[in-house]
Amino acid sequence: MTDARIRQRIRDASATVLMWTTATLIVCVLTCILSDILVRGLSQLSWTFLTAELQDAGRSGGIGSIIVSTGLLLMVTLVVAVPLSLATAVALAEQTRTRSRFTRMVQHSLDALAAVPSIVFGLFGNAFFCVLLGMGYSILSGGLTLACMVLPILVRTTEQALRAVPIEYRHAAAALGLSRATILRQIELPVAAPAIAAGLILGLGRAMAETAALIFTSGYVTRMPASLLDSGRAMSVHIYDLAMNVPGGNARAYTTAAVLIVLLVMINAVTTLLTRRMAGRIRDAVVPEGSR
Amino acid sequence: MISTKELCVHYGTALALRNASITVPTGEILAIVGPSGCGKSTFLAALNRMTDLIPGARVSGRVQVGGQDIHHVTQDASQLRRRMGMIFQKPNPFPMSIRRNIQLALREHGERRRNELEAITERVLTDVGLWDEVHDRLEMSALQLSGGQQQRLCIARALALQPQLLLMDEPCSALDPLSAARVESLIAGLRGRYTVVIVTHNLAQARRLADRVAVFWLRDGAGEIIEQGSTEHIFESPHHAIVAEYVAGARG
Repeated sequence: MTDARIRQRIRDASATVLMWTTATLIVCVLTCILSDILVRGLSQLSWTFLTAELQDAGRSGGIGSIIVSTGLLLMVTLVVAVPLSLATAVALAEQTRTRSRFTRMVQHSLDALAAVPSIVFGLFGNAFFCVLLGMGYSILSGGLTLACMVLPILVRTTEQALRAVPIEYRHAAAALGLSRATILRQIELPVAAPAIAAGLILGLGRAMAETAALIFTSGYVTRMPASLLDSGRAMSVHIYDLAMNVPGGNARAYTTAAVLIVLLVMINAVTTLLTRRMAGRIRDAVVPEGSR
Repeated sequence: MISTKELCVHYGTALALRNASITVPTGEILAIVGPSGCGKSTFLAALNRMTDLIPGARVSGRVQVGGQDIHHVTQDASQLRRRMGMIFQKPNPFPMSIRRNIQLALREHGERRRNELEAITERVLTDVGLWDEVHDRLEMSALQLSGGQQQRLCIARALALQPQLLLMDEPCSALDPLSAARVESLIAGLRGRYTVVIVTHNLAQARRLADRVAVFWLRDGAGEIIEQGSTEHIFESPHHAIVAEYVAGARG
């Protein structure tokens, strides 16, 4: 073997080692965080914890009302953000090559919005929804603020998903005289559905993990919300409060965090399952016969 | 019948197709041949206004289908394309069932009667020789068919709208030889019932299929028709020296 050949081998081998090491490190970090939270958290987990009302600032009792508040917040967020982002993404993806000034402006705004720190969203939500629109500290204010925050993620992922649909379908459909609405509804949206769902999970995750944007909008109140105009404490806010403001609240903070993670994983699994079923025909179609 | 007169297509400021004038009588097959990049596909796209989908494309000159000017402002592109089936080089069935592939456009254009939809589906699938192969699995995804079957399904999908004209852009070139032969004989069987304009790189195929042949060539950076006529004329006694060399396989 020549020297050059040996050097090449060594370079290849070290590159391989480096790549595997970094990949392993990333997995390790994730495993450390997850196992820490789950081990410390799940030991205290019980049915009562999930359903009971909170007592003694969270040191005892459960997080029933917190889970309900979080669910309502997410519902408001989704009901507002999903239709808005879908419509925006369709409008942006329509402009295949000719990017008008308006399109560029919208895209820049979205990028700027995505880079805004969540505390700023919180202050904006407080000034706009709570004060200006008079919604006060409420789940509605919080949900709307979260919707503003996840909008850029949802729009961008949906737009990418729509743009990734092979142009051949559009040509075939146009040649058959199909309207743009039909092409979108019958062909492009079903094909893009799995990728859109992935974006949705990303946005949901961001919304569920959010604390700063909610402190000033949906507030701290721990009792069971009676309506969307009631204040309600989200799980992430609860974790923050237990860990920072309540002496002896750490154990409960861990348990709440464990529940949050399990919920996220569950949402992830359910969404994946639903889109798989919804796009079942398409997935069957895209994967060639024999390779399944 | 379809005829074009001094049809030019610009992409931005660049001329892609210059003064293409051609007439195809009803029921005949016109083959368009010539080297790559000489405006053949552009010509085809201008016929059913697929050029509308290409940003910056500009069409001038006249295209008449059955006596109607298709680039006339009042002409609705979707109604127009309905009357002209288009088959692409790469088979492009929709990612849905075989049945829905055929019926989607029919429903869109107002056919709601179930019996009628099923009857048309059976008729066009029989027409392209697919019925026997797929009649018991019409709910199967069209993308599970082989490439040749997919292309025949695309032809069936186009035929379902009862077009006056079929535009085919190298419909056999992405298929294996057996499938290609199958699709070719299917196209030959359409002669007399449909007017067909087919772009092909396969000169032997043009000779077998076509009643008339137009040879496109690149001149001064733009494609144009350098010679056209009956298949016999183009292959046996072309006037143009380049065409003679091209059909003899010495050029292009």
